Amino acid sequence: MLSKKQLFSRGMLDIAPHMLSVIPFGIICGAIGVDLGFNPYLVYAMSIIIFGGASQIVFLQLLSGGASSLVAVTSVGVINSRHLLYGAVLSEYLEKLSFIKKLLISYVVVDQGFAESNKFFKKNKTEQYLHYHLLGTGITMWVCWQIATLAGIILGSFVPEELGLKFAIPLTFIAIVVQDLKKLDHVIVMLVCGISSLLFFEAPFKSYILISPVIALFVAALLLRLKK
Amino acid sequence: MTWLSITIAGILTYFTRMTMIVLVRRDLLGEKIKAVLAYVPSAVFPAIIFPAIFINDYGAYIEMNDPKIFGALVAIIVGYFSRNVIATIFSGLLSYWIIIFIFLS
Repeated sequence: MLSKKQLFSRGMLDIAPHMLSVIPFGIICGAIGVDLGFNPYLVYAMSIIIFGGASQIVFLQLLSGGASSLVAVTSVGVINSRHLLYGAVLSEYLEKLSFIKKLLISYVVVDQGFAESNKFFKKNKTEQYLHYHLLGTGITMWVCWQIATLAGIILGSFVPEELGLKFAIPLTFIAIVVQDLKKLDHVIVMLVCGISSLLFFEAPFKSYILISPVIALFVAALLLRLKK
Repeated sequence: MTWLSITIAGILTYFTRMTMIVLVRRDLLGEKIKAVLAYVPSAVFPAIIFPAIFINDYGAYIEMNDPKIFGALVAIIVGYFSRNVIATIFSGLLSYWIIIFIFLS
């Protein structure tokens, strides 16, 4: 049995490598917000209030491009709706927590944290304080995101644009799913999701990010049926 | 006005995070649904990966010889065999940089 502290540090350790892409991305996000002409306090407040990487940039880009607030808000909601799936997966492991603790821990559920903690949960189902791992990944992400966006807002885009560091984001997610390429069913589900996301990229409110997982999960359900 | 929009967007985002964690109970999900949910990472993350590689900043598809495709392939191979996140990200970036700074400059 691991202690709460051990689980928390394990979470921090598991998410740490992803900071290689999260920190440059945070700097870019902060700098873009200021470049687009928004009040720096407002740009930073988004990191606390929304705390959702790409959705923060999309929000500001839409507004500065003349879109209505309704369109911007809806897009953020749609982009972040993928958390519903993360929550459904995590609920099994967080079941024993009190209502208040569930409300609090929800705030730090992010893509990379979900992915790493979910991998850990699957291997260590019997641990009593599993949620400390999720706190470790989530809080590490939160702190790094705050520092990185703040640095981008204050110092501007000091990461040279020519480096193309935005490319680190898909790489971080490749690192997350790459081991599942061993399984044919997962490869099919990934391809269906990826190709759908390209086909539906122009769909309104960035809804490709919701449509493609739904199609991919439907295919996953069909595959499960075929397997039997 | 913008502050109000941000607050609403934040509340919406928080609800996407919290709803399922609070509402879903074990007996609510059957074994079949749980089996499908095991595919969530594979069914969600490619929707972030593919557009970030194949669609450029202006919303157009990239050429087949774009350095990002090469970088992604290197990252996939290195990641598959090394099982290491840093090696995956770094090999992808490095191969991308080698192409844009040495071959395309």
